[in-house]
Amino acid sequence: MTSPADEQSTAQVNGALDAGVLLDVQDLKKYFPVHGGVLGRSVNQVRAVDSVSFWLQRGETLGLVGESGCGKSTTGRAVLRLIEPSGGRVFFDGQDLGGFDRAQFREFRRSAQIVFQDPYGSLNPRMTVGSMLAEILKVHGLGETGGHRSARVRELLDMVGLHAEHAGRYPHEFSGGQRQRIGIARALAVEPEFIVLDEPVSALDVSVQAQVINLLRDLQKELDLTYLFIAHDLAVVEYMSDRVAVMYLGKIVEMAAAQELYRNPLHPYTRALLSAAPRRNLKAGPNHQRIRLSGDVPSPIQPSSGCPFYARCPHPEKDEACRKAPPILEARAPGHLAACCKHSMAASGA
Amino acid sequence: MPLLEVTDLRTYFSTDAGVARAVDGVSLQVGAGETLGIVGESGCGKTVTALSVLRLIPSPPGEIVAGSSIRFEDEELLEIEPGRLRAIRGNEISMIFQEPMTSLNPVFTVGHQIQEVLRLHRGLSKDDARAAGVALLREVGISEPDQRFDAYPHQLSGGMLQRVMIAIALSCEPRLLIADEPTTALDVTIQAQILDLLVELQRKHGMALLFITHDLGVIAEVCDRVVVMYGGQVVEAGTTEEILTRPEHPYTQGLLASLPGIGDRDVRLNPIPGTVPSAVDWPEGCRFRDRCSFAWERCVESAPDLLPVEGGSSRSARCWLLDEDDSSGAGQRTHVTSGEPT
Repeated sequence: MTSPADEQSTAQVNGALDAGVLLDVQDLKKYFPVHGGVLGRSVNQVRAVDSVSFWLQRGETLGLVGESGCGKSTTGRAVLRLIEPSGGRVFFDGQDLGGFDRAQFREFRRSAQIVFQDPYGSLNPRMTVGSMLAEILKVHGLGETGGHRSARVRELLDMVGLHAEHAGRYPHEFSGGQRQRIGIARALAVEPEFIVLDEPVSALDVSVQAQVINLLRDLQKELDLTYLFIAHDLAVVEYMSDRVAVMYLGKIVEMAAAQELYRNPLHPYTRALLSAAPRRNLKAGPNHQRIRLSGDVPSPIQPSSGCPFYARCPHPEKDEACRKAPPILEARAPGHLAACCKHSMAASGA
Repeated sequence: MPLLEVTDLRTYFSTDAGVARAVDGVSLQVGAGETLGIVGESGCGKTVTALSVLRLIPSPPGEIVAGSSIRFEDEELLEIEPGRLRAIRGNEISMIFQEPMTSLNPVFTVGHQIQEVLRLHRGLSKDDARAAGVALLREVGISEPDQRFDAYPHQLSGGMLQRVMIAIALSCEPRLLIADEPTTALDVTIQAQILDLLVELQRKHGMALLFITHDLGVIAEVCDRVVVMYGGQVVEAGTTEEILTRPEHPYTQGLLASLPGIGDRDVRLNPIPGTVPSAVDWPEGCRFRDRCSFAWERCVESAPDLLPVEGGSSRSARCWLLDEDDSSGAGQRTHVTSGEPT
């Protein structure tokens, strides 16, 4: 175990309030082996998450945004220990998850929950919604009798905008939006403090998406929840989040308060991402400052020694230094972190 | 005369639950060189409309109901010979799909698949087809087209595969390209590349584009005119600017109000309540009435036609609120001003 001073180091460096920090992630790594050859031995590694650090205040939403393969979902799962991280530490409520025994872990599972993208794939097709929720309560020792539990199931369904009679139905009888509501009820059943929302609205139609977004915001206020909101839709992320972290090739390249990040993006990748998002608002006028990235995201198997964004970076002043040394994620303005050597020029460019 | 004129298209499917009226009386026109967007949510009939144009509806269970008409230039596509239909598909009208990964055959190189189209439709020799294929790959922005020509689909990324699909679709210089959610499966930076490419190629070749999407942002980027679909019907039509800035139909208004805009954090989203009804059981009267905050008796009693909207020549919306002669709804009509999306 580490000393308390050590435990809060990231948060302190980043100028956050100690007591308010619920989750502190330090240098989190997840490498997946790549198997090859006749014997199927591990020949290489995919650095899905590569030294990611961030923290979450109580009651806050941190948005984690990036394109497919950037490691945002893996980060969410590694934080919850749904997959074992390859390195780094995660502190929940000041305690190091790495040192937890079984009982502590079970307690952590109650405090930290996840809602998945595909609400259908994450529900047991052979269980009614009511029995599924009741089982969760039973496993976690919540509700003494069956009667207590079914009362709680009704309460949960009501909380997410479903009705008591829905308890007797199977997942296939619900629409996509309703299933996502069930997924949220499932996460809420154990009264968590912290929920990882992994693309919770990406599979939904826009009109239903807005219903679920409103629900998530209402629940957060009501139950004082802390969210890690993972998504690729920039407008949805801004709408949901207090702060936003942008990931690229397993690393956080920029992190700031949502408004600040969208108004004043410093990293060239964030700028490109924002300018690539289709504008829905014609009234905002034509999008003059369009930045187009060429090519695809490179493979995370053989990362370059320098800046991970080097190959696609449109910055006019990128140079040998960018290729050689990886940029450090550091504060470029109060509360605004970016990992780009050319940030100051980038701010005046484009 | 429009290049493509769809009139009163009805495409029904027989299912265990009954007859699904997936497309139920759709009319639209696409002019030469124009981009028409069809926007709507899942199950609104936008894809079935596109597939019907190329007569790609599997039958059974699907059926294009008698009385429907799809005219392409001078020909009625619903009545032509199978041989002529094959000639039109690919040569005159091409289509690209949402999932480039599943549209290509995984056991042949992409070059082989381009070559096949060129040899079949343009009668090129093997060598000529290869040269033309490499040139096409270059045109759609694939670097090192000579090497990529011999690559298998699994060796290319999603964005590159969609470029290959576009190359195949363009290989016979069609007059009309139907693009069904071509960027939905792609990341946003790749989506931007593909949209730029489509717009550029369209200008260069002067082809018409029928662009199907659920994303109003994509509509804003590429389309001249828009048709909004709901419940198997066109509920509103107009120019992109009219639809996005002055929507008349409550459904279009609801769609726009459902979208968080960048910089609108403090505004609560205003979603459309409820869900899309089933195609086997559309509500009587207006199909949107159960989810509409303006609905009154008239919406239950009779189904509105597409009514003209003042101030736009080709502008229309399927809503009784637009019927000036109606007195029964006069009281409710005051809602319209307060119902403007924010």
